[in-house]
Amino acid sequence: MLIETLIGFAFVAALVTFLVPDEVAGRVGAALSLVPLAGTLWMWAQFDGSGNALTGGQLAFETRFDLLTLSGYQVQWFSGVDGISLPLVVLTAFLTTLAIVSAWTPIDSRQSQFYGLMLFMEANLLGMFTALDFFVWFVFWEATLLPMYFLIGVWGGPRRKYAAIKFFVYTNVASLLMFVGFIALVFGGLGDSIDTLSLPAVAMALDAGGNLGSFMGLAPGTLKLVAFVAMFVGFAVKVPVAPLHTWLPDAHVQAPTPASVMLAGVLLKMGTYAMLRFNFTLLPDVASDLAIVIAALGAFSVIYGAILALAQEDLKRIVAYSSVSSMGYVLLGLVAFTEFGIAGATFQMIAHGLISGLMFMAVGVIYNTTHTRMVGDMSGLADRMPVTVGILIAGAFGYMGLPLMAGFAGEYFIFVGAFHSTVIPSAPLFTAAAMFGIVIVAGYLLLAMQRTLFGPFSLDADYEVGRAAFHDVAPLAVLLFAVIALGVYPDLFFDMILDAIAPLVGGGA
Amino acid sequence: MVTVPPMTPTFLLGFTALAVLLYDSVWPEETDGSVLTGISVVGSLASLATAGWFLTADTGLVSGGMSLYADAVVVDGMSLFFTALFAAVTVLVTLASYDYFAGKGNRGELYGLVLLAATGMSLMASANSLATAFIALELASLPSYALVAFLKGDRGSSEAGLKYFLIGALSSAIFVFGISLVYAATGSLVLPDVAAAFQGGLGGRAGVASVGVLLIAGGVAYKTASVPFHFWAPEAYEGAPAPVSAFLSSASKAAGFALAFRVFVEGFPLGAAASAGIDWALLFQVLAVATMVLGNFAAATQEKVKRMLAYSSIGHAGYVLIGLAAISAQASTNGDVMGAAMAHLFVYGFMNTGAFLFVALAENWGVGRRFEDYNGLGAEKPFAAVAMTAFLFSLAGVPPLGGFFSKLFLFTGAIDAGLWWLVVIAVINSSLSLFYYSRVVRALWFEEGDHDLDSAPTALYAALAIALVGTVALLPGFGPVIEIAQEAATALFA
Repeated sequence: MLIETLIGFAFVAALVTFLVPDEVAGRVGAALSLVPLAGTLWMWAQFDGSGNALTGGQLAFETRFDLLTLSGYQVQWFSGVDGISLPLVVLTAFLTTLAIVSAWTPIDSRQSQFYGLMLFMEANLLGMFTALDFFVWFVFWEATLLPMYFLIGVWGGPRRKYAAIKFFVYTNVASLLMFVGFIALVFGGLGDSIDTLSLPAVAMALDAGGNLGSFMGLAPGTLKLVAFVAMFVGFAVKVPVAPLHTWLPDAHVQAPTPASVMLAGVLLKMGTYAMLRFNFTLLPDVASDLAIVIAALGAFSVIYGAILALAQEDLKRIVAYSSVSSMGYVLLGLVAFTEFGIAGATFQMIAHGLISGLMFMAVGVIYNTTHTRMVGDMSGLADRMPVTVGILIAGAFGYMGLPLMAGFAGEYFIFVGAFHSTVIPSAPLFTAAAMFGIVIVAGYLLLAMQRTLFGPFSLDADYEVGRAAFHDVAPLAVLLFAVIALGVYPDLFFDMILDAIAPLVGGGA
Repeated sequence: MVTVPPMTPTFLLGFTALAVLLYDSVWPEETDGSVLTGISVVGSLASLATAGWFLTADTGLVSGGMSLYADAVVVDGMSLFFTALFAAVTVLVTLASYDYFAGKGNRGELYGLVLLAATGMSLMASANSLATAFIALELASLPSYALVAFLKGDRGSSEAGLKYFLIGALSSAIFVFGISLVYAATGSLVLPDVAAAFQGGLGGRAGVASVGVLLIAGGVAYKTASVPFHFWAPEAYEGAPAPVSAFLSSASKAAGFALAFRVFVEGFPLGAAASAGIDWALLFQVLAVATMVLGNFAAATQEKVKRMLAYSSIGHAGYVLIGLAAISAQASTNGDVMGAAMAHLFVYGFMNTGAFLFVALAENWGVGRRFEDYNGLGAEKPFAAVAMTAFLFSLAGVPPLGGFFSKLFLFTGAIDAGLWWLVVIAVINSSLSLFYYSRVVRALWFEEGDHDLDSAPTALYAALAIALVGTVALLPGFGPVIEIAQEAATALFA
């Protein structure tokens, strides 16, 4: 019941934070968020699961009971974590706490509502990463939209209303598409061969193959293809895979910094996590058939995102577009369908969550103190805010994949995995193309760093540069520590990830 | 063991109405209204509790049903389910009226009318004979006309009441004419006997019967605010005092469906009716599409919140009509889809009432009626605005709120029945509804507003909180609701 307790606690914490006065809301929210954080860390320390949840692996902290019947299918509360979901659960709790602390300075109105929404989002994210029943999972999946919609729409920048609605409409339509794809597969394809909507049951029934029926005139093969594409497109919007990424820069740039941290750090991972669980685990044969298309999309996202980032003048936009690029690596790792490719992709989700969180927070601190994010307006910041700038540079190096940082480990595993892929035709070519992305990433990051951080100081004429408070910089330091820790010792998570990935590619238990 | 009459939930509503009127005539000088509100709330709560008790306890009422008064009335799972719904809405509405009608008229009359209407609705859900159905319909309708026009000084209210009354009178005439034609064709008013006559073949009277069925469908369409008898709804809901709009759009609509479900399923069994040339499922498919499309598109173009809610309420009638449209003669899915429609009405009773109560609250604050007038209320009155947001997203069917579950069950039920094209239309409409509901959400939270709000109407807030709990708590509690509803609906087809 530990998972349920943590989710329930986060919901209650959200309510409490919503009701306390604005002056203390930030502190209360941060204090309350420590409980889920401690809980997830304890889960990580005590983790005793093995194998992949969807292929009959041993779940940790499993709870299961019947909820209701939907058209003859039993809907269950079915939660538990395996080596894939646990790192994401820890990441969620970790980033929530840091994002709340990083919000103390920039959020200066309606604080209790803001922190309440952050905790509400955490509760839903924890539920989303731990639920193993499709229906419950979908409820949590959709419910994460609401807090983000309000976080962007209320506390965002000048074009916040447009960005919030665009975000909501894009991702909601995508979810519906995914929902239809999955339901058609289960209700239509599997028919009476299963009686629950639990993901392991669906995975095993699909794996057993044989009895897949036809639905609405679609032959089983076509049905699988249609379901795969519907789900893939639905998740690809969330990831986002270019060219379905257009909501992301708007949402990111308009969102307040802590919301950007959550959006880039955790919400984008929902897309790749779901792809791994649904597309690549449930329908691996279709994934192999489409591997070249998906790999091309991944490589395209990497290059295209990097080139777009290169063209940006707004620091936050640069970081936002580089997310498109980084998530392209994750997609490439997933479709490689080798042990290292998928495990590396999962590891890269964590690494990118930490590094992008770090970058957004650092840009946020710079914006709080200078009131500008335009690269052209700044120069010479390094002299005036050495700590923040130091951390920002370290984060940028992490983004570029410097060894001993988490980004390196993730990207390295992905490239090794993708290079040896047997399902992607001419895999080395795609890998090389994606690796070329690193050059562009390094290019735009170094260029931006050089223009904003070094040279003569030029700001005070137009922008008053304040001082960053301790609680602004502390979360950055903590994040940087985590990035380096994972880079130096990836086995903090990589072992359990590998263990959960092995069954997917035919190895392990 | 104490035996309680099976009709107790209905009786309780009626007696509470009489108690309110009695108290009001003995102590007419009491102007505070707290005693009257207390009587009404306690009475309707008692009715809710008994209905819930009968539903869940093993009283034999749910499965078999009990026929009373020479088959004129039946008490079964469905009637109890709907009575619980009416009683719950009555609790919300009477509670909210305590603040809303402060200084706006005699509360004794108001509560008496509301409770009498609720009694009539409860009777509509129990009616097992077309005569009872007609009487019950009138008992529910007559107080409603007066309720809409309750604000005597307000031109909008009086005008709405008059329009509602005229169309209501016309529809009653159509309904009763339909009943007389069915009687002429079948020789009975009691539903099982009517059904037997249909099954025995109507011979040369099939044409008369089909016109009768069509006219009865018209009467039902009026009460449920379905196309083509929906014209009164936006006018009446807009002009009526907001708690009354809440009552009419939730409870009264549900009563219309309760009547329709029983009369059509029990009285005109589809197989026999179809062989007599009356395919009413097809009729309701057409009505469902027309109603949801018209309601949602009209709602999207409104400038006033209350009017938007009124049209969206028509749209929801379209969704619920799927419960009748998806019925086929021999299918095993009938109980599931009709139960899902009942569950949707139940959730709707909370979320829609809640939304209108927020409108009542806004009127109480002196905030205007247009979308822009709601700007910034989220910052000023966060609790009420959160509740309203939950109601609106629930109406739009966004998870994890109650409206998502009920719509999901309704739509999957219809897909199981093979009506996937109808579901496609419903889903498109549902997505459209997100657009206009989110206009209110945007105004509440994203825009800056400038209001001077100091009134804190406690009872209205309490009603809002109860509706919120009803909308949100269905997340874990939806299992029992849908199971009771589907069990009750399945019993109807047995």
